[in-house]
Parts: sequence; structure tokens; C-alpha cells
Amino acid sequence: MKIHEFQAKELFAQAGVAVLANRVVTTPEQAAAAFTELGGNIAVVKAQIHAGGRGKGTTKERPEQHGVQLVHSAEQAQEVAEALLGNTLVTIQTGPEGKLVNQLLVEEGCDIARELYLGIVLDRATKMPVMMCSTEGGMEIEKVAEETPELIFKEHFDPYFGLQGYQVRKLCSKLGITGSSIRSADKFMRTLCKLYVQLDCSLAEINPLVVTGGGDLIALDAKMSFDSNAIFRQHAIGNYRDLSEEEPTEIRAAEADLSYIKLDGNIACLVNGAGLAMSTMDIIKLHGGEPANFLDVGGGANKDQVTEAFRILLSDSNVKAVLVNIFGGIARCSTIAEAIVAASKEVGFEVPLVVRLEGTEVDEGRRILEESDVDIITATDLTDAATKVCAAISA
Amino acid sequence: MSILINKDTKVICQGITGGAGTFHTRGCRDYGSQMVGGVTPGKGGQDVDGIPVFDTVMDAVESTGANATMIFVPAPFTADAILEAVDAGISTIAAITEGVPVLDMVRVYEIIQDTNSTLIGPNCPGLITPGECKIGIMPGYIHTPGTVGIMSRSGTLTYEAVWQTSNVGLGQSTCVGLGGDPIVGTSFIDLFKLYQADDDTEAIMMIGEIGGTAEEEAAAYVAEHVTKPVAAFIAGRTAPPGKRMGHAGAIISGGKGTAAEKIKALEEAGIEVAESPADMGAALQRAIANHSA
Repeated sequence: MKIHEFQAKELFAQAGVAVLANRVVTTPEQAAAAFTELGGNIAVVKAQIHAGGRGKGTTKERPEQHGVQLVHSAEQAQEVAEALLGNTLVTIQTGPEGKLVNQLLVEEGCDIARELYLGIVLDRATKMPVMMCSTEGGMEIEKVAEETPELIFKEHFDPYFGLQGYQVRKLCSKLGITGSSIRSADKFMRTLCKLYVQLDCSLAEINPLVVTGGGDLIALDAKMSFDSNAIFRQHAIGNYRDLSEEEPTEIRAAEADLSYIKLDGNIACLVNGAGLAMSTMDIIKLHGGEPANFLDVGGGANKDQVTEAFRILLSDSNVKAVLVNIFGGIARCSTIAEAIVAASKEVGFEVPLVVRLEGTEVDEGRRILEESDVDIITATDLTDAATKVCAAISA
Repeated sequence: MSILINKDTKVICQGITGGAGTFHTRGCRDYGSQMVGGVTPGKGGQDVDGIPVFDTVMDAVESTGANATMIFVPAPFTADAILEAVDAGISTIAAITEGVPVLDMVRVYEIIQDTNSTLIGPNCPGLITPGECKIGIMPGYIHTPGTVGIMSRSGTLTYEAVWQTSNVGLGQSTCVGLGGDPIVGTSFIDLFKLYQADDDTEAIMMIGEIGGTAEEEAAAYVAEHVTKPVAAFIAGRTAPPGKRMGHAGAIISGGKGTAAEKIKALEEAGIEVAESPADMGAALQRAIANHSA
């Protein structure tokens, strides 16, 4: 689960990780007032959306307006806020459709001596969280990792003991943090690691992390995401969820306990099991088609859930054909067949429907479909299913 | 022979009185597994279809001699249930539960390294030695006793592979669903060691997916240590980066964990990679043919 920068900074401030004074605003007038309240002669206005690359990103409506801008007066803060609020910001991470800007963060300026990178993630190879730092702050870290991996420094830590003092000193030595800044780094880094564990984070990233002229470490940016499996014990984080940042069909699917991701193609697929669902997308592509979604109905799905799944799939106007691929284990083919019949009555299949059933209660499932008046193209195996669905859209 | 479980394995179910626990305990018993007991704290002394329920795993082990467990307890309590099984000396632990917080698994994984227990999962279908013992939720009837070891990060895709190998006349020695989470108890490499040492396993099928580097690590291991024919398939070639494909572990992040990288590593290790998910059985036949050539 992702949250906004301003929310991450709230969490940082509460925990004692240094951030700059800031205000969250939703109108241009508030932006002007925030500039005045912060009291400096410079401030930064930052669009709050769940995607990175905001500084380079621009709005669809006014391509000269970037998602992060420096302002020097209350009037200028108001102008920038007018240009951003209610408009759609497109960055390398949003996709071409972009994201609507509803909120801005107005933050005081600071005296930047150096820009560093700091991130904490789970290292799946060692099965431990790892803190990664780099001297190349402000850059895309993926690029740094690829081109100059020697500039990324890593320290793994045990979640229950936390990052140790000597590990901070090692990192400082590699990053060129010296003198009194080492003490500032010790508090900053160890507190952040503690927060990562306490809140069940899956990512905590600060890019850039600045060292000020006075030698203090401050989080100029803040990105956090959380293990959605742990939200049950992180109520405060659950409340940070911003539904307006999520794909409406994905929210609807989640409510029905379906795992659904919308994609750009035109062949909808309904599958049981995540691995089989991914493979179904793969085989569609191998046969020249483009999947419209990833959809795993799960093992315990009942007729209502599967019918809702069909409603969601068919609500996508790009969809030109539907492929159902079920290998019944816990999921029963008969349940799926009943849902196909129900969905056909309720919403109707105006596009070709290819069905491949195998596994638990397959004979019963096939019988239900044969006895119904639903127009179905039956497939015997995966290749047959993919061939037929791709042929159906080009027909 | 087989790996991890066989006809002599005595199995308990932690969470036996819950809906899924009861349903799958029956399923495993009907398949022929020796289901000797179950555990639900506070319900010791009751029974499920005549299978005795105990308050603790320790009690269950003392009374029944159980050496394997199938865990269905809810996700918030799964880490504790696994550690309880480890503490009671259970040797094969299959955690079926989905949705376990990853930091819980960091702790469990660290503890389990110093014990003799093998943890399969969490978020997995379990494991099966066809005709002998099934511990988990897979449909038993698609399996045929035979010589192929199958391991996978995905449940239904394993069924697909089992079905295809059965259809081309190759049965299975033992099939293991490793689980779809970022941290699981047993890796492909752990199982390659067991399959390589098992006389009844003549060929190995590995089914991976996008995310992490487990497949690359396994490829390096195979190149050095595995002499039996190996085939593989990687799910998620077409998955877009940054989107979690159902499994918490199946996500391409920071340009890492793509199918292309994994396939390249597997091919370089001499593994026969199935181009399409429909081609898994055939890829295995090719691996066997190449091996004997």
C-alpha cells in the first residue's frame, strides 16, 4: 500500500526523522497563506500523487508546468498552485493517462550542501531488510545501480536488533559524512530503520537526503509503502489510504476479494491462481494478442464473486473477447460454469467467449455450459484456448 | 522413495476445526494420507471425524507420533503456529495460509535455519507424493506416481504441469508448492538438493515466476551440482513492472526480477525452458531426451 509524501513526512516527524516545516494545501489561497506562514523567501510547491518523477513530470493541461516548483513569493505560490490543482500530472511512473492533482505540499527551503540517496527495502536473497545509501542523490537509483553499482552502499539489519551504530559509521565513511554530521546520521538512519520495522514497511526511500550547510541530515523527499498483509495491525496506516489514487475497477475487485490488475490490451481473462493467470496473459501474447487484465479469482470463489468478476471485465470498453481458463483445484469448474451462465443472463456477452475448463468437477461444469444457451467457444487446452481467442478478435 | 513425505508420514493439521482446516484434512485423509490429529488451542479433547484434536502441537506429537503438519491458522497467527511446530520437533511443516506479514517471515526464517525442520510455504498449495501422502489443497486425482520432481511458486500452474507430465506418460515422485510470498521457508535450491539425492526422481521440473532472484540462484546451483535433466517455465513474461501479480512475491521492481533475465540464466545453465505454459510437459521430454543423447 502506498501513501503520499506529506503523510510519510508526518510519520517521519512523529518518529524524530528530520524533515522541513511544511503545509498541505488544497486551494491556491491556502498555498499563498502557507508561503507566508513558513516565513522564508523561498519555498517548494510539490504535487501530491502516488508516483515518482514529479519534478520532471508536467501537467497535461499546461505542459510548461512541472510537478515540483520553487517559488519566491506568496503570489507565485498561488500561481503555481492554480496551475497544478485540478490538473493531471504525467510522469514516467504514471503512464500516459497521468494522475489528478488534488493536494499540494508547500515546504520551506533549506541550505543544501550535498544530496544523497537512502532507501530501505527487503532483500529477498538474504531475507533481511537492507539499508542502501548512495552519494548520487537526486538521480534515478535504478540508473545508478545499473551504471555505477560501486556507488551504492548496503547494510543489512536484523529487524529485532535494528541497524547498529558501527553500521552507520561504515556508511558515513563511504558517503563522506564526517565530523558532527555523523551524530546526525546516526539518529536519522537508526530511527528510520526502527520506523520501517514498527510500521511493517515494504519500502522507505528518501531521494534526495540532504546534508545542510550546518551539517544536519534532512529528508527532502519521503516515499513509503507498506506490506498490505500487515495492515490488520497498522490501523493508523490503513487510514492513510487514498482511494482516489487507485484504479476504480481494482478497488471494486478488491472488495469482492478478487485480485485484478487492469492492463491496456483487449482480451479479458478470468483465471484461478496467480501463476496460471500470469501464464494465461503470457500465452495470449505469444499468440499475438494483448491481455486486457490480470485476474485471479482465487480458490474459494463463489458464484457471486465470479459473476462480479465478469461484470468488472466487461465494464472495460476495450475488451473485444473474453478467455476463461480454469484448472479447478479448490475452485470448482461447476461454480465457474454457473457464474458464466449468470453473467450471461445479467450483463450478456456481446464479445466472443472462449472457455477452457479442467480439474475439479470438470464434467459437471461442461454439462452446465452445454445445457445453457450461452454462446461459447470451447477450448481443450491452453494453446487451443489462446489460438481461439486470438482468432476471435481478428475475425 | 520420494522427498520429504511418504506413506509412513504422520500428519496433523493446525487449525483443524476451522472451515478450510476441516475440509482439507478430510481431503488428505480421503487421498490416503495418515491424518493422525489436529490442533486448535482450547478445543483439545474434541475430534473431527474421529481425528483427535489437541490444544498444542507438543500434545499432538506426544500422543500420535506426528512428524508433519499442515497449517491453516489465520495469517496473524501463522508465524506463531510455525514456531510451535518447530519447537515440537515436527520435521515437515506446510504453511498453506495466505497473507502472512513479511517481517514475521524474516523472523521465522532466521529461527528455522538452526533446526531440523523444513518449512514449505507460506501461501502455498502444500506437497504431495502421489499414491502415498498428500499434505495440502491440490486435487489429488490429477497426480500419477512416477519419476518427475515438480516444484513451483504457484499452485494452479503446478496442477497444469502435473497434468501435462501425466498426459505425456511421466508421473511424479514428489510435487512441492513453494509459495508465492517474498520469503518462503524452502527454496528451489533446497529442493534441487533433495531431488538430486532421491533415487526415484529421474527428472526435475521447476516453475518460477517474475520477482526476486530465486530462479537465477537456482540456475547457478543446477549448473554446478545437478546431473539430472531439468526443465523450467517462468510465468509473467508480459507482466508490467511495479504491479503485484496476485502473489506478494510476483512483482518486478527497480527493473529486477524480469522473466527475460530469469530465462537467460536458466538457459545458460543448460536448463530446457518451456516457451509457453502449454509446453511444460514437452519441455521436460526434451530435457530427458537431450540428457540421454
